[in-house]
Amino acid sequence: MIPVFFGATLLVYFLVFATPGDPIAALSGGKPMAPAVEAALRAQYNLDQPFWIQYLLYLKSLVTFDLGTTFSGQPVADVIGRAFPVTARLAVMALAIEAVFGIAFGVFAGLRKGKAFDSTVLILSLLVIAVPTFVLGFVLQFVVGVKLGWAKPTVGAGAPWGDLILPALVLGLVSFAYVLRLTRTSIIENKNADYVRTATAKGLSRRRVVTVHILRNSLIPVVTFLGADLGGLMGGAIVTEGIFNVPGIGLLLFNAILKGETPTVVAVVSVLVLVFVIANLIVDMLYAWLDPRIRYV
Amino acid sequence: MSTNNESKDGFAMNPNDDRPLLEIKNLAISFSTPGGPVNAVRNANLTVMPGETVAIVGESGSGKSTTALAAIGLLPGNGKVTGGQILFDGEDLSKASEKRFIELRGNHIGMVPQDPMSNLNPVWKIGFQVKETLKANGLAGKDPNGRVAQVLADAGLPDAAKRAKQYPHEFSGGMRQRALIAIGLACRPRLLIADEPTSALDVTVQQQILDHLDTMTSELGTAVLLITHDLGLAAERAQKVIVMYKGQVVESGPALEILRNPQHPYTQRLVASAPSLASKRLESQPVEVAEGVNAVVKPDHSGARDEILQVKNLTKVFKIRKGLGRSEDFTAVDDVSFAVKRGTTTAIVGESGSGKSTVAQMVLNLLKPTEGSITFDGEEMANRSERELFKFRRRVQPIFQDPYGSLDPMFSIYRTIEEPLRIHGIGDAKSRQLRVKELLDHVAIPTATMHRYPNELSGGQRQRIAIARALALQPEVIICDEAVSALDVLVQAQILNLLNKLQEDLNLTYLFITHDLAVVRQIADDVCVMQKGRIVEQSTSDEVFNNPKSEYTQNLLRAIPGASLML
Repeated sequence: MIPVFFGATLLVYFLVFATPGDPIAALSGGKPMAPAVEAALRAQYNLDQPFWIQYLLYLKSLVTFDLGTTFSGQPVADVIGRAFPVTARLAVMALAIEAVFGIAFGVFAGLRKGKAFDSTVLILSLLVIAVPTFVLGFVLQFVVGVKLGWAKPTVGAGAPWGDLILPALVLGLVSFAYVLRLTRTSIIENKNADYVRTATAKGLSRRRVVTVHILRNSLIPVVTFLGADLGGLMGGAIVTEGIFNVPGIGLLLFNAILKGETPTVVAVVSVLVLVFVIANLIVDMLYAWLDPRIRYV
Repeated sequence: MSTNNESKDGFAMNPNDDRPLLEIKNLAISFSTPGGPVNAVRNANLTVMPGETVAIVGESGSGKSTTALAAIGLLPGNGKVTGGQILFDGEDLSKASEKRFIELRGNHIGMVPQDPMSNLNPVWKIGFQVKETLKANGLAGKDPNGRVAQVLADAGLPDAAKRAKQYPHEFSGGMRQRALIAIGLACRPRLLIADEPTSALDVTVQQQILDHLDTMTSELGTAVLLITHDLGLAAERAQKVIVMYKGQVVESGPALEILRNPQHPYTQRLVASAPSLASKRLESQPVEVAEGVNAVVKPDHSGARDEILQVKNLTKVFKIRKGLGRSEDFTAVDDVSFAVKRGTTTAIVGESGSGKSTVAQMVLNLLKPTEGSITFDGEEMANRSERELFKFRRRVQPIFQDPYGSLDPMFSIYRTIEEPLRIHGIGDAKSRQLRVKELLDHVAIPTATMHRYPNELSGGQRQRIAIARALALQPEVIICDEAVSALDVLVQAQILNLLNKLQEDLNLTYLFITHDLAVVRQIADDVCVMQKGRIVEQSTSDEVFNNPKSEYTQNLLRAIPGASLML
């Protein structure tokens, strides 16, 4: 976990460092600037130091929870503090949508393999996977938000839960299709297992056989996917947040990259890395809970 | 069912004992496949009286399991009863609804499945899986956990209350099968379908479990429909035997009568090749196999042959991780010595965990011994260079147990057999093709099969391919690790015949690893009996069978199903 964190921050820091373009020039908006002011700014953001020193200084401030300031002078911690809950809300909603609907549809499709429902769902999920998120996002924004007026096409101040439903749907839709297919395959594999037949032979009801004996065993690969996907959802929020104007991490990151604002980019990515690592930890724990065999390995 | 008011499930509580509990009349079952319907069972008839044990015997694909599964409504999705009746206590189940089956399963018809490894759900505790059976049938009572412990203890599981809190992977195969028997009998069904309940277990465990099942079912008055491929086992455990072949019942009647006086040609063949009965068959009308052994080997007992393989004080210690960096030594093979004479067969017999396969792996140089030496054709195996090992591999080849797992499914038959020739750089493409044809001839597989893939072949054919592959490099020694254990009785006899003939023709030496003493009798000249990593008895085959010295060997011999019959 710890090496992953250091490795990721170092890599990101280096990438931002190596991007062409001078942050100070970007800051001034391309207008000429007094050399003294420029030197002072460079010193303020440690831009006059070599790469390693910059990185080490950054790590030092990271450990002391001082994430630095943006070019406009706001503490990065505050900016992230405002944006993070929004994206977290969005990602959790998206995750909930893909988990609940993906698993439910997957289970029904798997149990009815080869029937009309199964085939329909398979074709639709393929379609969803094939269409890029930004197309899907604009179409849904236009149809549901503008034409039908069922949901707000953009997200208002403070990003309340209600406003986030549409973006969350867009964000979760592709993963929903994957979850559906994964669950379906897993159910089909497990429903013919010997222990399922034995469970039926015990006189259990169909419902109990499905929920207790097929579902739990089938969820093991799905949970792994969902956990890894949480990180992906937070990162993937860039496009969705752009479309719906959600004031979240994605938008923040996008703008910071454009400005070459190293502290913000690295801080945001560090947070994302942390979320990813923690999500994987939770998956590992869930995994052990779902499958007792690996607890002893 | 006209007696609805007499019990909750519509069964008379006082069934007339003269009336059959299960009567299958003219049953037909077919499976729908992409190539059209396949008739798995045709015109099957059988009767089980209350409290009676009836065995259905047949090879895989004979329809024996399908017939029994139809009686409990568990035919796989594409299987359907297409004709006839299944009368359970007078009620026709061939058209019963799933709801009716859910009422019947568990408390009226129970099942003990075949493979204890795959039939318990790995993610739930044993106790949970027993408890839900009781609950589903309304028999959990006020103290369900106490009842679970009782049921498990009845099935012969020691320390049942504690064991109930463990997961299946913490159980041995025998213990799992006991748990499955506990589940099958938990709700006191009147009919128990036991589908090869012990074929995955060691003989001694098999005997214990079957004895226990006998006791339990006779105490509870449960009728048993026992499905098995082993005629000896069927004759020993059942009052009535039904022989099925290609979906049809070819013979049925009292067990001993069928064994002594089989009428149908298939039954006759089955009786003749049943390995568990070979001890008798060898003397009265020698099977081809036995003749082969006698003819080739007898003169060689003079000791004129050289010892191609010598194993001295072989020991293998495994470190078992105990967590937190601690480990414990486990001695899998302990001070094992034996020698194999050229052109003969030496069998290593033992139950699972006896270390016999570990010995085989060390002889094959797939595992490094902890101590001791292996000498092949006068040369010490340890400290050999890579190049020497490569040459050694040419002279010693393995045949493994599972013909489904040991052939690469993506390799055609030709490629499978040709690969060792190519690796060792023997001949050119043309001569290799000739060699493959010749090898297929040896194992009696038509050369047209060459371009097909393993999944198109039966288990017996696959094992022949595995033998052909092993023979490709003209080895001197073949290590057969349970090479016939996964095969049906008749196929097993064919393969043993083949191995015997090849030994005669090519002067091969076999090291035969097996758990099945009956097979040993048919093929081996010398026998080493292993128990817990040590050799407990070592002698010629005749000596071990006629005059077993160690208690363990005696137990093993006694546990062969059918051994007590007809002696």
